[in-house]
Amino acid sequence: MNGTGGPDVKRRTFLAASAAIPLVDLACKSQKVEFTFDGDLIGPSVDLGHAARDGDLPAPSSFEPIDVVIVGGGIAGLSAAWRLKGAGFEDFTLLELESGVGGTARSGRNGVSAYPLAAHYVVAPTRETVPMIRLLEEAGVIEGYDAKDEPIFGEEHLVRSPEERIFAVGQWWEGLYLHAGESPEDIRQYKAFFDEVDRWVLWRDAKGHRAFAVPRSKGSDDAEVRALDTMSFKDWLDARGLDSKRLRWLMDYACRDDYGARPETTSAWAGIYYFAARKSHPKEETRPVLTWPEGNGFLVNHLYERCKEQVRTGIAVTRITTENGKVKVLAWDAVQRCALGFAAKRVIFAGSMIMAGRVIPELARARGRAFFQEFLPSSWIVSNLTLRERPKEHFFSMAWDNVIRDGKGLGYVVDTHQSLRDHGPTVWTFYHALAGADIRSDWERLYSVSWRDCVRFILDDLRIAHPDLESCISRIDVMRWAHAMIRPRPHFMWSDVLEKARVPFQNIHFAHSDLSGFALFEEAQDHGLRAAEEVLQEFRKTFATWR
Amino acid sequence: MDDLEVLDTRSSQPLKASLLFISVFIIAACGLVYELVAGTLASYLLGDSVMQFSTVIGVYLSAMGLGSYLSKHIHKGLARRFVDLELAVALVGGFSAPILFLSFARTHAFRPSLYGIVVAIGVLVGLEIPLLMRILRHQVRFKDLIAQVLTLDYIGALAASLLFPLLLMPKLGLVRTSLAFGMLNAIVGLWSTYLLQSQIGPTFGLRLRSAVVLVFLAAGVIGANRFTLAAEEEIFTDEIVYAKDSPYQRIVLTRGRGSFQLFLNGNLQFSSADEYRYHEALVHPAFAVKPHAQRVLVCGGGDGLAVREILKHPEVKEVVLVDLDPLVTELATKMPLLRELNGGSLLDPRVKVINADAMVWIAERKGEPPFDIAIVDFPDPNTYAVGKLFTTRFYKLLKRQLAPDGVASIQCTSPLMARKSFWCIDATVEAAGFQARPYHLAVPSFSVWGFVLASPAPFDIPRHTLPNLRHLSDESMASMFVFPKDMDRVPVEVNRLDNQVLVHLYAEEWNRWS
Repeated sequence: MNGTGGPDVKRRTFLAASAAIPLVDLACKSQKVEFTFDGDLIGPSVDLGHAARDGDLPAPSSFEPIDVVIVGGGIAGLSAAWRLKGAGFEDFTLLELESGVGGTARSGRNGVSAYPLAAHYVVAPTRETVPMIRLLEEAGVIEGYDAKDEPIFGEEHLVRSPEERIFAVGQWWEGLYLHAGESPEDIRQYKAFFDEVDRWVLWRDAKGHRAFAVPRSKGSDDAEVRALDTMSFKDWLDARGLDSKRLRWLMDYACRDDYGARPETTSAWAGIYYFAARKSHPKEETRPVLTWPEGNGFLVNHLYERCKEQVRTGIAVTRITTENGKVKVLAWDAVQRCALGFAAKRVIFAGSMIMAGRVIPELARARGRAFFQEFLPSSWIVSNLTLRERPKEHFFSMAWDNVIRDGKGLGYVVDTHQSLRDHGPTVWTFYHALAGADIRSDWERLYSVSWRDCVRFILDDLRIAHPDLESCISRIDVMRWAHAMIRPRPHFMWSDVLEKARVPFQNIHFAHSDLSGFALFEEAQDHGLRAAEEVLQEFRKTFATWR
Repeated sequence: MDDLEVLDTRSSQPLKASLLFISVFIIAACGLVYELVAGTLASYLLGDSVMQFSTVIGVYLSAMGLGSYLSKHIHKGLARRFVDLELAVALVGGFSAPILFLSFARTHAFRPSLYGIVVAIGVLVGLEIPLLMRILRHQVRFKDLIAQVLTLDYIGALAASLLFPLLLMPKLGLVRTSLAFGMLNAIVGLWSTYLLQSQIGPTFGLRLRSAVVLVFLAAGVIGANRFTLAAEEEIFTDEIVYAKDSPYQRIVLTRGRGSFQLFLNGNLQFSSADEYRYHEALVHPAFAVKPHAQRVLVCGGGDGLAVREILKHPEVKEVVLVDLDPLVTELATKMPLLRELNGGSLLDPRVKVINADAMVWIAERKGEPPFDIAIVDFPDPNTYAVGKLFTTRFYKLLKRQLAPDGVASIQCTSPLMARKSFWCIDATVEAAGFQARPYHLAVPSFSVWGFVLASPAPFDIPRHTLPNLRHLSDESMASMFVFPKDMDRVPVEVNRLDNQVLVHLYAEEWNRWS
């Protein structure tokens, strides 16, 4: 099974390809064009980001007094803004480095379809996940409630069947786990694993909390649950003799897909969380998924509509300091090319912890370098392939999520699936997590690859299932996400470091999925709401919690 | 005198008479095969096989007589003429089936082409035996010549008549059979340039011509393979007269037993023998509920047959037909066979044809006047892409395009063969906020077929329909709404975009019958 040939095989192949790039680039310049289609290599605004980090920009002429500055317009920052607005709190601004808000949930659009640039779905929440219910109700996704008071989701928002298919042994099959050709031992282990998951679904601590809840802050902190964080998911599986290749493939895929990690670099706590947190009862096979052509850009757009008067984009925050109880925020407006200053009563820092360490010097000093090293996020490549027609294929029909078992990437999502277009041009979004053990070297490689190299890598992967794909492609845009998501490593999910990161520092409150140890929409939202409600409390507003 | 002639030629130019007798056998078989091909093809395409075989045989035999008569005008170079003749038979006979199929599918002149080709082959075949006998008359005594040539002629005919139904038709089909026997004729021609070399003189030109004819025929066989696969021909019980892949589906038209059939991806869409039952039942009950309907939407139905029924209602002012496949609507307007059946309905000025995915189209249509009636005539839900057209989401979108008291009539597969699927669609229509009234009738080429009549407003079972329909009457309409026990309602889940239960139910139920 090539797909699970160990982390190093996969990474090494990719790295080997990327190592050759500068030479290849030179060699190709004067030669014939290798591909018949065009495309761009895009990524977050690195230069502006690094300029912000290096702090070598001019100082502002004045400091605008304001109650609250939210730094960062990802899901956490937008959720904080949404919460403040919801409490009638208006005197704040949200500063976003990029030209559009959304962070890793941003989206794009071309003449064929809207498409996600990264995060592309949320799991349909149960009644228990209160803030998601509120958000989805506002966005018109929930149509009503059933007899058990569980939400009824609009059909067009739920992922359209068929949801997933997998390419293995030369053909497409329905679902993500390949049941065809299982041995009795495979079947036994599959059942054993999910029996264990179901045990955790039913598990309750003394206070009646679930072991794993969404967001994780609603789950149990019981010692039995925390003990899972002391080992890797791989060790946990090994200890139970769960070595079925098929099962291990599924586990590996799950870790790469949700965490940008491998079972050996994932905490067993996070591994089981993936399967157990979403199930409301053992009988439920999986929770339905909500998705849109633009991925989570749908929810971003909704949140943005709620607070767009407060949002300023293209603003790089360069330094945050505290003086006389005021938080001074220095920033650079990349469009107007001028320095900005804010004197805020409170700041909600909704950027990554790495960024916090760079722009808040006092925090960096107080926590120390090692603290921030704990928050290295892993890298991803996300690519949008615009197809003028669909490749010919047989067997199980095209699904929303299409996974190639023996591929190096995570497969592709068909962005026209939700807009019901089953014929003609489409856009596919291809995902690849750089899940190597050494995150830093993955970063370096990511920045050394060219568009051509990425395209070669992507096509090699997709050709396994679609030999004639190339002639269908009209464009490939490749998005490099160097800081895509925090990795839920063993000994990290219940660490003091993580707990400390959530505590406000001077008058700065923190909100980011980093603070949960894994990057899920609900986690970012939870921290945004928490930080906003901490601030509301500081301003002595009366409010009922949204969490 | 006979003896002298024989002695003369034997001594000077000995011919391989026995080998030439083999040619007689082959050309006799070829001649009969062309006759059988023409007769079978005419029966398939026009029906009434007794009439078709009688006329084809009659015309063919008389044309042979004419050919025999004309043979007396050929005086010189008999051997060269014979080779040319074989090549002519090879071309006309070999390409007869493909030409006739094309003429049937693309022109109005099938009968003239049929009899024209039958006469041409008959005349050419009629020339063969007299010429060959004259070539051989110096080699063999006359009484032996007559005896041997005619014997082989009749035996060749017997061989062909046995091979044709037992081997050729089942294995090769009409097109490849006619092309293959064309090649045999051409081979006889080429072979004769060797056997009759002494009488022919320079052979290069003749051999080149033979080779060219063989190449043409071989190309025809390759083309035929591309047109239809032999395997596909086994699926269809009748002859394939048209087959083409559109970007959306494989379209096959077959013809046989006096009717023709349209298949999309191997699934029967209609048979001309009983489609009137289906389309009358699909269209007129909706008009019975809303008799003064002016604006009608048709989803699917690119064959134009539902529109034919809709246009029988004089108050209709506008029909919008949304069908995915431009090739289907093009066939419906251009192919004589189909245009005759639908009465040129899609060319009517009141009708607007839109080629789009109906679901995407109705989802995007906004701010335009609603329809009084919607006729929903999609293929059966055998893929997810079609299954989406039977979901609550589709019916909710459809409701937005209907007047508050508008009516939709929906084809819902067979309540007998696929009972759960049928009631699943019924339940889905109701779940989308319609009042649904299921009904059914027998369409022999399908089975018992089911429909749902649906309106956002309450309505009664319709009682009156147009006079002068072929099947439907006031009495028969009432009976359609009564379900016998073996087709009666069963509890089933609602079909939604996110579960697509119908596709699974449908596959399960229909697989039992195949």
